[in-house]
Amino acid sequence: MTEYEPVIGLEIHVQLATKTKMFCGCELVFGDPPNTHTCQVCLGMPGTLPVVNAEAIRLGLMIGAAFGGKLAERLVFHRKSYFYPDLPKGYQISQFDEPLVDGGRLGDVGLERVHVEEDAAKLTHAGASGRIGGSTSSVVDYNRGGTPLAEIVTLPEIRSAEQASSWLRLLRETLRQLGVSDVNMEEGSLRCDANISIRPVGDTGLGTKTELKNMNSFRFIEQGINAEVARQISLVRAGERVQQETLHFDPRTGSITSLRSKEGSHDYRYFPEPDMPPVAVPKELLESALASVPELPLERAERFRTELGLHEESARLLAFRRALGDYFEATLAAAGDDADKQQVANWIGNDLVRRLEALRRDDDASDDESSTDPAASKVTPQALAELVALVGAKTINRKAGEQVLDVLVAEGGSPAAIVEDKGLAAVGGADELRPVVQAALDANPDVVEKLRTGNMKPIGAIVGAVMKETKGRADGGEVTRLTREILGL
Amino acid sequence: MIDRDTVLHVATLSRLELRDDEIEPMARELSAVLGHLETIGELDLDGVEPTAHVLVERSALRADEPRPSLPREQALDQAPDASDDGFRVPSPQA
Repeated sequence: MTEYEPVIGLEIHVQLATKTKMFCGCELVFGDPPNTHTCQVCLGMPGTLPVVNAEAIRLGLMIGAAFGGKLAERLVFHRKSYFYPDLPKGYQISQFDEPLVDGGRLGDVGLERVHVEEDAAKLTHAGASGRIGGSTSSVVDYNRGGTPLAEIVTLPEIRSAEQASSWLRLLRETLRQLGVSDVNMEEGSLRCDANISIRPVGDTGLGTKTELKNMNSFRFIEQGINAEVARQISLVRAGERVQQETLHFDPRTGSITSLRSKEGSHDYRYFPEPDMPPVAVPKELLESALASVPELPLERAERFRTELGLHEESARLLAFRRALGDYFEATLAAAGDDADKQQVANWIGNDLVRRLEALRRDDDASDDESSTDPAASKVTPQALAELVALVGAKTINRKAGEQVLDVLVAEGGSPAAIVEDKGLAAVGGADELRPVVQAALDANPDVVEKLRTGNMKPIGAIVGAVMKETKGRADGGEVTRLTREILGL
Repeated sequence: MIDRDTVLHVATLSRLELRDDEIEPMARELSAVLGHLETIGELDLDGVEPTAHVLVERSALRADEPRPSLPREQALDQAPDASDDGFRVPSPQA
């Protein structure tokens, strides 16, 4: 049987984080009462003229610069015509043959383009259950209408649903750290459509594609793409053809239905927007955009890996959550050049994050990511650096270190003082530990006998006895070393 | 030039309902308009940039500063049909 592979391209719409709409000064506030942010321009009244929001262009250029795309020197807008109540003018002002950004790349996926346009309004379908029995009407809220959008179009370089969703996570984190959008999928500030086709493995051509619309979570994106790929493969295996169409995935039933509401409207009749002559991108705007691009997650992960020698996994964890990365770097600065950077990464990425997340779960009121920002916790970077140094120098063992961290998370303070206060200091050098080990060996002659035959397994009993005697403050490795030394092994 | 089918297609896209006796005259008129424009095709325009607009390029961007919106009553007052808080339209899914 012929094996097929999916060929997937994504189209992502992100609402740009401006204060006002794309072409008028109406304020953008999510969640306000319907139709409280409209004016003659965004309601499409005759005789009004759109004026481009410079900040939307600046944010769009930042996206392009972050992806290494070619930035347009002038802004050219087109009208994309279709009739639907979410567009009061009967057309959307968008870009066509001269997008703001041409090409570019993020991670493992190349980009075709990024263009800017205005968002449509929000339509609520009252349906048959509405007030007027039997009749169907819809209500339009034009608050969202005219919100600046960047549409990011990838090349068809994605080969699986999992790749699509993990790349989308990277995109979302990159846009978040760029600060160009809230990238909140539930509120719709980041929306994703997927163009999907299949082809026999080994082929290089492209099959007929379908467009799967508006999947609003990473899970739905994976489920939707997998369902559509399976549908196409079974169609083709049954000797049928894939029809080019727009589809809707229903996550509750897992079914895919054809969207007929805009049928026949793919003839968008693009033409240059006569109300807006082409505008040169002002030099100051371009320079401001270029200067505003920070170090992005992929670059930072690469730096953590190559310059600081972190494992891939730690590097990505710390780079993909900016608050963690910033805290990590602050801790390194406090720890000095000799610090074990991987150890610092482990203490932050594993131990500290786990404790802060547990703390958040106990506090129902806060569910945003900022509540696990270590910088907002009671553990200062200096304290964490000190803790890692104490464990590194074997002044305390790791277990005791974790107890110290518990106290730091709950109360703050200085690790040295906590160690002192709780009596957690490791039973110091060999001088202090040797008699304790000797006593443990004396008390367990059967174990000693086995150890002498080269069977080191029962050494756990000795370590256990020493730990008990020292209340857990001994270093396990040191106990083993002393045992070997005493027995001459 | 513009035939009957094209007229009907464009009418559908534009949500226009044409009477039977309007179709042929419409096809003739649209053909005449396009025919007139096609006289441009007689010129040698190799190497000439397409003109999207006759105005010269000039910066016309707006600072991202909020301006007052319309009071909702006034916005909804323009609608042929409105609910308490929105513009009511025939459901496009009906």
